[in-house]
Amino acid sequence: MIGDLMKPKVAFFDFTSCEGCQLTVVDSLQTHVDLLDAVEIVQFREAMTEKGEDYAIAFVEGSISRASDEARLRRIREQAAIVVALGACAHLGGINAIRNAQPLDDVRKYVYGDKADWYETYPARPISAVVKVDAVIPGCPIDRDEFIGVVKALLLGKKPPLPDYPVCVECKRKENVCVFHKGGFCLGPVIRAGCGAICPTCGDGCEGCRGLIPNPNQDSMSDVLVKYGLTVADMLARWTMFGTYQQMEAGS
Amino acid sequence: MSNININIEVHHVTRVEGHGNIVVNAKNGVLEECRLEIVETPRFFEAMLRGRPYTESSHITSRICGICAVGHATASLRATENALGIEPSEQTVLLRKLNFHGEILDSHVLHIYMLVAPDLLGVGSVIPLVQIAPEVVLRALRIKKLAGDLCAALCGRHTHPIAMAVGGFTHYPTTDELLALRARLVDARADMDATVALAKTLPWPAFTRETEYIALRKEDEYAFIDGTVTTTDGGRYPISDYRKVTNERLVTHSTAKHTAHKRESYMVGALARFNVNHDQLHPRAKAAAAELGLTPLCTNPFLNTAAQVVEMIHSIEDAIQLIDQLVARGIRPEPLPAFPGKAGEGFGACEVPRGILFHNYPDAGDAGAGV
Repeated sequence: MIGDLMKPKVAFFDFTSCEGCQLTVVDSLQTHVDLLDAVEIVQFREAMTEKGEDYAIAFVEGSISRASDEARLRRIREQAAIVVALGACAHLGGINAIRNAQPLDDVRKYVYGDKADWYETYPARPISAVVKVDAVIPGCPIDRDEFIGVVKALLLGKKPPLPDYPVCVECKRKENVCVFHKGGFCLGPVIRAGCGAICPTCGDGCEGCRGLIPNPNQDSMSDVLVKYGLTVADMLARWTMFGTYQQMEAGS
Repeated sequence: MSNININIEVHHVTRVEGHGNIVVNAKNGVLEECRLEIVETPRFFEAMLRGRPYTESSHITSRICGICAVGHATASLRATENALGIEPSEQTVLLRKLNFHGEILDSHVLHIYMLVAPDLLGVGSVIPLVQIAPEVVLRALRIKKLAGDLCAALCGRHTHPIAMAVGGFTHYPTTDELLALRARLVDARADMDATVALAKTLPWPAFTRETEYIALRKEDEYAFIDGTVTTTDGGRYPISDYRKVTNERLVTHSTAKHTAHKRESYMVGALARFNVNHDQLHPRAKAAAAELGLTPLCTNPFLNTAAQVVEMIHSIEDAIQLIDQLVARGIRPEPLPAFPGKAGEGFGACEVPRGILFHNYPDAGDAGAGV
């Protein structure tokens, strides 16, 4: 399916993003230089000049936030046997979609004033709103080890495994004091694990960058909210940082 | 008049963060067009922050840039603290400085070894160097890992920081972690000696262009966080007057705004900082500058990369000194300050790896940050 299974050609692309996920890919080389023996990178603008167009796996970072970027993403989809959404912007829309909740004209004029028409834009979307996506590496940014794990799975011709349990599970394993107990707010009960509960471990609540788990336990979440005098509205407000696109889709 | 015709169009400059095109046209020896087009999509962060809790501002704005995420978070926190009238503790100031050195090291080693060196060594990326000069690549990865681990110990991760909060931190490094990092920073001196030796052999283009250099300056240290906006053309401004320096204007060919102060443009970044603050560099960094032939006022923009080598040495030495200070005084958890009840306009500024950065929140309010 992906050509030379022994050493497939891979390429990295980015749209509206901070490019931090591609940097995390570069950082994964610190502990996995051998990655360069396992795949042939034919395109990675942020890190190399050479540019090959015969890739089998495309890693795409960033949201789609203007019409003129769609054709480029579709070309990538036509070429690649496997398209992987790299990070929250590509996977969810993420931070970029926060502005979707405000009127587009107002957003444009707030930043660019009477020159707003000079800069093409529309509400930010995940790449799956434009093309079919075969695999996802969640997170803002992605987790280095999970990236390596996904590459390994793809090389073996398997669907990359993602945890389907919540961040709470990893947080409990780390024996962290619950963020709610400390008076904070956390989306850990409903967000997909795989990050090692890094935010609660560093004293902050989960912000939801990895997206909701497939079947969140709503009753349990409600119990937690009631116990700490919080509301579903509080939870949804917190989830707008990364989940504005999902909330607006669900509401429309 | 010469009959030289030039027609250069680079569609997407490679080995840089972000999308840029270069257009140069000359006809009969006369330059007709010379443009850097930043073709990134507009992000609208200013609008994103409106109406959101001030505690989220630094987490959202760090997502402006994966390379200088700590810098954006720091400038954002300084702007919010300025708006709320919160003064960070001495411990917070020390931890932030140490964290910032991690980012300077991370970004500079990436730029020097992975983005610039391949050009000067005649290869398309760092990947062929793994075969040709593995010790060079391993050295770069070793320094980069140290920089990343330093940030991870302080704020959870370099991209994107977690534990940095308004008025303090939500997580602290242990003394053992700091001492382990200290030992690696001491070891990195040898890697920096090798970096200076490498930088001396690189064929830097001999090109000079006089311009204005602008950087933050402090009286007591080489400035990365806070300071006075200082220009080599003469002039010092408080951060709250940053607009007198930036004078931003929009152009049709680029989503990046243009700025100008006393000339058509000015330069920021490592070379600007070196030109403004060279007297405050650590003696080891000054020695490296001398070895690299870097003297103020240096007007060769290619030597910005050499100035980054010098800054890396400064950051390593200052990080060692900061760790000594933190270990000597002991790190204690400090509660984050409560919302003081009112907020005004806030200004914050930092020297992120690639230059001066301002965050300005007109109304930090009790809920909305605004920009």
